[in-house]
Amino acid sequence: MLNASFDAIVPMLCVTLAALAVMGAEAFRSKGENLPIGGLGIVGLLGAGVATVLLWDRNATGFGVIVADNFALFITAVLLAVGVLTIMFSSPVIQRDGLPKGEYYALVLFSIAGMIMMASANDLLVIFIALEILSIAVYVLTGIRRDDARATEASFKYFLLGAFSSAFFLYGIAFTYGLAGSTRLDRIGAYLAAQSMSANPLILVALGLLLVGFAFKISAVPFHMWTPDAYEGAPAVVTGFMSTGVKAAAFAAFARVFLSAFEPFSAEWAPMVWLLAAATMILGTVVGVAQSNLKRMLAYSSIAHGGYLLVALVAANDIGKAAILFYLLAYAVTNVAAFGVIALLGTREAANDDLRDYAGLWHTHPALAALMTVCLLSLGGLPPTAGFIGKWYVFSAAISAGYYGLAIIGVLTSVISVFFYLRVVVMMYMAERQGPLAAPPRVAAVGMAALVASIAAIVVLGVLPTTVLDLAAASIATIF
Amino acid sequence: MSEALVFYFLAGLAIMASALVIGQRNPMYSVLLLIASFGALAGLYIQLDAPFVAVAQIIIYAGAIMVLFLFVVMLLNAPQEDAAGWDRSHPLRRPGMSRIGALLALLLVVQLAWAVLSMSGVEAPAGTGGDAVSSVRALGRTLFTDYVFAFEATSILILVAMIGAVMLARREGDEA
Repeated sequence: MLNASFDAIVPMLCVTLAALAVMGAEAFRSKGENLPIGGLGIVGLLGAGVATVLLWDRNATGFGVIVADNFALFITAVLLAVGVLTIMFSSPVIQRDGLPKGEYYALVLFSIAGMIMMASANDLLVIFIALEILSIAVYVLTGIRRDDARATEASFKYFLLGAFSSAFFLYGIAFTYGLAGSTRLDRIGAYLAAQSMSANPLILVALGLLLVGFAFKISAVPFHMWTPDAYEGAPAVVTGFMSTGVKAAAFAAFARVFLSAFEPFSAEWAPMVWLLAAATMILGTVVGVAQSNLKRMLAYSSIAHGGYLLVALVAANDIGKAAILFYLLAYAVTNVAAFGVIALLGTREAANDDLRDYAGLWHTHPALAALMTVCLLSLGGLPPTAGFIGKWYVFSAAISAGYYGLAIIGVLTSVISVFFYLRVVVMMYMAERQGPLAAPPRVAAVGMAALVASIAAIVVLGVLPTTVLDLAAASIATIF
Repeated sequence: MSEALVFYFLAGLAIMASALVIGQRNPMYSVLLLIASFGALAGLYIQLDAPFVAVAQIIIYAGAIMVLFLFVVMLLNAPQEDAAGWDRSHPLRRPGMSRIGALLALLLVVQLAWAVLSMSGVEAPAGTGGDAVSSVRALGRTLFTDYVFAFEATSILILVAMIGAVMLARREGDEA
């Protein structure tokens, strides 16, 4: 029984051990010695990947609070892919900016371990601890460039608001525990199924507080205030990591809590999430149009994408549930790659993240411009990319569940968002550059490899989505 | 009877100290008054037969958390915010803002009162009898059986926080 318990936590254990190994390597390396620390991290992530594949379809549970069901494993795979890509993009950036290598990789790996834990936790308490592990690591990563005032400010803002939202979340857990007498999701679900709304209004209070906590982490409007500042101030590669990893993990836990434990009260939370989804899509898109900084623009774009994911959650039918997983995968790969391009284009002195810096990029960096174009098309939801398929399934889920209003808002905001994605493309190909761009003439090979791999994934998911979609549908159908 | 007297004394102390916390102009006094409030709460926990919670309250809140508060207050040089100019220039001090704040506070009170009054038939959840919560032995057993994973995961959490704190606080040029 104990062995079976350990099976379920092997993926997060692998990543945690890799993080500890990275710390050890950093601590015991001799001065000036250059160890392949990033490679160590990738080995750990690949090990976790193998464990994920072996655990598939086995429904292992660990210690009663961790479930390695296919839903958790799918998200784990997404998180591991994000981790590998992030480490590949990071290695040239760390060298360039002189970041502390050991600490950087250790924090990335610890936060991935926290994300995996959050995605597979079956207990509110463990979800909270996992949330804190990943959040604290990401707060520090945001401010890892200590010579950059903007990064420090971003980190501090993110930390304060994050701590604030954790308090809401914890308060919600406390209410839930007070009512149900357990933090385990299955027991909470059993308790709630036996209640009717009139019996106890405190359930609504608990529901609302938990919703606020999750909404903050997935930066749903009106809990998005920290997102543009944090995403703009953090190093681009960290932004890519947190805009995808944190969102995927938080969304996985969000879906698990609301689709399993709080499912009996879906009539109560669906209208609230409906409102969040609509506000998130509209604000993310409309404010995104007005941005002149590419990182800030992508921050608003990532807010808007959170809105589309919420649409799938509201729909909560079979297509919607599968769409959540597919959309998370498509969005994660695309966004990591887009921020990877920004990261690779920056120098130690200049971030090169203004829209004007991308004018005429096609002439100086044709490969980067072409790859960035694919990312932007995918974010905008144009075929033949992964983003198109993701949006297609989200909207068809909304329509088949009868949420025509949400589907219409979603399509309209998508059309508007295409405008600001294409503006960057037009800049890259058509505009003339004013003055030279202080960018590295050649891009590091490992970063280029990561870019090509993610672009290949985007196109393959866009052209042949059926395999992954079936996998997503099969993995979620058995659980909720 | 004497038990009720002690309760009213401690409860009154807690409420009075809490009220004074938000009434102070100097944030330093607020923090110190908060300690008094926490102390009174710890007394109430002892009355409720929960010595562990009382001790934890003193160690964690009156000890660790208060040190944190004091650090933040001193770090921000907050005592200087006493200065007369601050009051009016701060956007939160505009009359409209305070009215909104008062309205929200009132709303919260009404909501809580409504929630408590309309609550019926809430029993203590199973498995949390008086003895189970108060005894340190039972607590330890629960911690290492039902909550063993959460307990171990917390060690990772603390490790991450430690790495982060050391990294952010390290002086420039300390790198190997």
